[in-house]
Amino acid sequence: MSIITAQNVSLTFPTNDGPVHALKDVDLTIEKGDFVSFIGPSGCGKTTFLRTIAALETPTGGTLSVNGMPPDEARKARAYGYVFQAPGLYPWRTISGNISLPLEIMGFSRSDRAERVARVLEMVELSGFGGKFPWQLSGGMQQRASIARALSFDADILLMDEPFGALDEIVRDRLNAALLELWDRTGKTIGFVTHSIPEAVYLSTKIVVMSPRPGRITRVIESPLPRQRPLEIRDTPEFIEIAQQVREGLREGHSYD
Amino acid sequence: MTEIPAPALRMRRRPALYTGLMQGLFPVLVVLMAIIGVWYLGAFFLNSTWAQDQAARAGQPLGFMDLVSATMTQDRPVLPAPHQVAAGLWDGIFGQKITSKRSLVWHGWITLAPTLLGFAIGSLAGILLAVGIVHSRVMDMSVMPWAIASQTVPIVALAPMVIVVLSSMGITGLIPKALISAWLSFFPVLVGMVKGLRAPDRMQLDLMHSWNAGEAQVFWRLRLPSAMPYLFASLKVAVAAALVGTIVGELPGGASAGLGARLLSGSYYGQTIQIWSALFMAATLAAGLVLLIGVIERITLRRMGLAR
Repeated sequence: MSIITAQNVSLTFPTNDGPVHALKDVDLTIEKGDFVSFIGPSGCGKTTFLRTIAALETPTGGTLSVNGMPPDEARKARAYGYVFQAPGLYPWRTISGNISLPLEIMGFSRSDRAERVARVLEMVELSGFGGKFPWQLSGGMQQRASIARALSFDADILLMDEPFGALDEIVRDRLNAALLELWDRTGKTIGFVTHSIPEAVYLSTKIVVMSPRPGRITRVIESPLPRQRPLEIRDTPEFIEIAQQVREGLREGHSYD
Repeated sequence: MTEIPAPALRMRRRPALYTGLMQGLFPVLVVLMAIIGVWYLGAFFLNSTWAQDQAARAGQPLGFMDLVSATMTQDRPVLPAPHQVAAGLWDGIFGQKITSKRSLVWHGWITLAPTLLGFAIGSLAGILLAVGIVHSRVMDMSVMPWAIASQTVPIVALAPMVIVVLSSMGITGLIPKALISAWLSFFPVLVGMVKGLRAPDRMQLDLMHSWNAGEAQVFWRLRLPSAMPYLFASLKVAVAAALVGTIVGELPGGASAGLGARLLSGSYYGQTIQIWSALFMAATLAAGLVLLIGVIERITLRRMGLAR
């Protein structure tokens, strides 16, 4: 069942130097339970595309549907949780308070909130840290808390914009493994923006390679890797083969310049 | 690795109590002594002309030590010496019944009451205007220029008009002074709160949008808490400005009570010690108010988890 479909989606910003084509004729179908990575150099529109899915940007052309609705209706129906590169936790709220923030806004009852906060804290392995303030946690833990916040209201889609981009590689590896495990357990559909080839290959069932000027999709690679992926899978020939394809896709994009 | 006993470590890191005290106190004392020294020097030079004139008129030239003592003990010196001001302050605060018209406590209260009222009005107005400006582009464009213009009018020119207009309407005493003080104190709060309410970045606003939060929810849960540090910084400026406003409001119209009136009557009659005592009283009052807000700030921010 396709959960996100894009047909000829375009987004043009008017600027003083003429229009900028952030997205041009993007066609993509994302199935339920997919883990889709968007990879490409900066300016290729990967973040912009994720934002249009989230109705944080409005396409200027084409059709886009999320859960069978226009993105803005899907947003109002709490179709997705969004995770940014920075955790964006409120310093004046505890970790539990931060996770409960969207729940308060959406009008969940107090007992329901407490129960949900406890559940998602456990999911991201932060049980026992609910009473801490964000500055008392490491960067990786803060980002896990922000993922917990995005999970708290049970959206089927998780949109992540370079969520681990600001973390060091050791922490990133661990969080990647934890994210895969979480995805496998919850069956969520995940859209993941990155500019790391190994990260994209390791995580995804589908890798979307994009290129800039105009922002477009150059290649969509379906990954044959199994759902269960230990970190060591990155040394297998299959993994290296897919990484090679991604690299080629990125090169193709550049030859247009 | 061998374990170092924790107490030993702690002992070595923390300086002994008196060293710590001296380290903090010493520079403060040095600066204070320097100020008092310069002040005494100034008093000596500025007051010596009059002392020498007096001595010449009496036909008794003064020796150096006599001259020094003559410059420090005048009734109406050009610049009173620190100990004279201290005596004046002491007498004004502790030497009079607090209901006496010579009591600085009484005058201080006369000034403090409209300051607090004006500060309350001004801060509230500043906060409300800031909320309007942040949420409405029309208000941003129409109110902000007037707010800035209001502060370019010299308060000394404005105060008499406010007093005269209000007294012609039968309003005198506390209210007119409070209004002048509100006039000065709303502005820093307005500017600080506009900045503070706009402090949340794009990402935080996008997050709110992704949860389909309404303007009111964004305001109460994100904008207002983000603005708190800005609010307190501007409140400190505002409370000092409020006090200045009240004192300026006491200058015209021959007010007979309040620190401003005390300053004015002192300058009419050349009572420099009275002027300086009133000045120090006002400064102490302002410092006390700023300190008080600082304490409230620390408590609030700590409870919010913003202070570490």
